[in-house]
Amino acid sequence: MDLLYVLLTGFISVVLINNLVFTKFLGICPYIGVSGRIDMAFGMGLAVTFVMTLSGTLTWMIDHWLLMPLNLEVARYVAFIMVIAAAVQLVEMYLKKFFPPLYESFGIFLPLITTNCAILGLCLFLVVWGTSTLIEAVVLSFGGGIGFTIAICIMAGIRENMQMVDVPESLRGAPITLITAGLLALAFMGFAGII
Amino acid sequence: MATTPDGQNVYAEAVATGLWREIPVFRMLLGTCPTLAVTAAIKPALTMGLCVIFVLVCSNIMVSLMRKGLRPHVRILLFTLTIATFVTIADLFLRAYQPVMSEALGPYVPLIIVNCVIIWRAEARASNSGVLLSIVDGLAMGVGFTIALCVLATIREVLGTGCLFEIPVLPKAFPAWAAMGMPVGAFLTFGLVLGFINYVSRKRS
Repeated sequence: MDLLYVLLTGFISVVLINNLVFTKFLGICPYIGVSGRIDMAFGMGLAVTFVMTLSGTLTWMIDHWLLMPLNLEVARYVAFIMVIAAAVQLVEMYLKKFFPPLYESFGIFLPLITTNCAILGLCLFLVVWGTSTLIEAVVLSFGGGIGFTIAICIMAGIRENMQMVDVPESLRGAPITLITAGLLALAFMGFAGII
Repeated sequence: MATTPDGQNVYAEAVATGLWREIPVFRMLLGTCPTLAVTAAIKPALTMGLCVIFVLVCSNIMVSLMRKGLRPHVRILLFTLTIATFVTIADLFLRAYQPVMSEALGPYVPLIIVNCVIIWRAEARASNSGVLLSIVDGLAMGVGFTIALCVLATIREVLGTGCLFEIPVLPKAFPAWAAMGMPVGAFLTFGLVLGFINYVSRKRS
């Protein structure tokens, strides 16, 4: 019961309270770039969730079972980025071979994810938060992906409606997206009290 | 001296590109994560800027040196590994000599690895130019990035706390806008500054 409680609060916290986009500013590039249409945004969110869960788990295992016993924390960043790049490459090849329709729908997003700072950022935050068990690492990285998906889908919904609005010309595109994100961040601060 | 197709000195062109024409944060919208995350006060912003300059110049030198041996399919991987190595050096240096700053910046120092500015310069400049030009380019882009961070950090620190470099600059009667130090302030300031820059460049053209 205790473990379940920890996992549940951890999950809610990483999805809503410590949302990667709104409080940690991770993954802003795809957040601005791909949030124009809601189906694209959802695709990106799913791809990120998938890769994030995978690489969060893998980097946790490498960090705890390989680097820490050998006192090789110096090589942490190099190891992490290698794992993420390799994971993305593997996922891409696997999907291409066995799930072509899914591969088609992920399209350009998969290779882009390697340099998505949300992935590496989450792996590093798992270290900072002192995640101590494997199951916790899995749940937190999955939650991080879900949080990103929620954030990018909300933004895509708003931006689809914003096309009908007369935005001042200088603010069109990225500036108004950032301002909207600021207001959303304000709204998400309201979740801070729920745990 | 080498010149660009339209007869400009290549070094002058690289400096102008980095500092204004393609200033990473404001024009190209690259490296937005650190831009938002470390600009709550000017000190971390400056530290971050210096780290990025160091990594950018070093990785540009390395990439420029090995540009003849690069193969397309391992290119990005090699760039990333080079960058990760220098970021590790910067992180260890910071932890040893500036422990407070290192604590404050936290994972945003290692996140320089995935800062698109650096890989963009490796791809666009260092992989096809000589070492000297790559250094100049790295310096110009890094300084451009730092300037952008400092602009945002100045606005946010002054309005958020009434101080600059932790020295009070505004009268005591000024109510500090706490929101400027929070994520909200980061997004709003960046959005409005971008809008302002768009406005100015539209007026000028």
